[in-house]
Amino acid sequence: MKTGKIVLRNLGRDNPVFAQILGICSTLAVTNVLKNTAVMCLGLIFTLALSNVTVSAMRRLIPGRVRMMVEVLVIASYVIVVDIALRAFVPDIARQLGPYVGLIITNCIVMGRAEAFALTNPPGAALADGVSSGVGYSYVLLVIAFFRELLGSGTIWGVRVLGDGWVNWSIMVTAPGAFFMLAVFIWIVKGVWLDSAPADAGKAGAR
Amino acid sequence: MGHAFAVFFAAVFTNNILLTNYLGMCSFLGVSREVKTSMGLGAAVVVVMTATSVLNWLVYSFVLAPLGLEYLRFIVFIVVIAAFVQIVEMVIERVSDTLYAALGIFLPLITVNCAILGVSLFMVIRSYTFLESLAYGAGSGVGWAVAILAMAGIRQRIGGSRVPKGMEGAGLALVIAGIMALAFMGFNGMMRLN
Repeated sequence: MKTGKIVLRNLGRDNPVFAQILGICSTLAVTNVLKNTAVMCLGLIFTLALSNVTVSAMRRLIPGRVRMMVEVLVIASYVIVVDIALRAFVPDIARQLGPYVGLIITNCIVMGRAEAFALTNPPGAALADGVSSGVGYSYVLLVIAFFRELLGSGTIWGVRVLGDGWVNWSIMVTAPGAFFMLAVFIWIVKGVWLDSAPADAGKAGAR
Repeated sequence: MGHAFAVFFAAVFTNNILLTNYLGMCSFLGVSREVKTSMGLGAAVVVVMTATSVLNWLVYSFVLAPLGLEYLRFIVFIVVIAAFVQIVEMVIERVSDTLYAALGIFLPLITVNCAILGVSLFMVIRSYTFLESLAYGAGSGVGWAVAILAMAGIRQRIGGSRVPKGMEGAGLALVIAGIMALAFMGFNGMMRLN
């Protein structure tokens, strides 16, 4: 498969978040503040890209029966790198993200891409697939975080943009707000953008 | 002892791992179409979560922390969880056919359920004692099972209703989850856990 095609597909119609509803476990928890979301996304792209390349490079050596275990170990190693780096360079954000950095390991997207793509494709294509899946995931998160922070705290990237007259929608920074926000996002995307595409709702390889 | 009880009830209601920490969403949305399957998955999660939180506490406190290897906890925890799930699967396959038929297919799903690993990670961050970890693991499992059962019940009831096209499936499930999260916020006055 051509690299360009892989990238386009992962950003658009096969976007892991709204087309496959994967990886939203950690999606919702970190999106109440834009800055944390950005850091989380970078960590995820890093893990996804490198674990995809590693699994792909080892694909002929991994015995079929234990492949899940091997994939998990590869992913966990990169997550440890991310965790240590975050705690060293941005300790405040690392503390706020708490366990969610470690939970990149069980993020269904990372496992899903290793299983579905990296095991059967060469490293170059796996890198393209990893990065574009990560970016596809990230922009959804960033859009959600943008609105949650704007409406919930009246700020963007920690800077106050809405005037003093603005009353914060405190629901947006709490759990229910995240669920509603993602639901609305999926609704808009599916209704407008994916209208022409064949209905694929519900076939998600849910984990 | 009293504090362990508080941890248990907080994990079920006010700090529900699914509705306030968003963990285990993938299988929550994927498997909550029928009450019966949800019950099987819920039961499996309760068992695995309780056992792995205890196991991981022991491993962390007696192996990783004394050796200064805390940074290895991600790998170690996930291996403990995967190994435990594998063993349970083999044991119940031998011991009981009915139990295997009920839980067997859900066990592999559980290894990648973020809630299981999440419980172990939260337990370390909040530095729980042994009893508190047990209570937290069991409480989170029960809380997760309660949430998925309620969700499956609601989804079965509204199964036949007409919804806007883009909202079918995941979109609607998320709205329901949001309303459930709102309802569970009502418990907030009772107790709080940080």
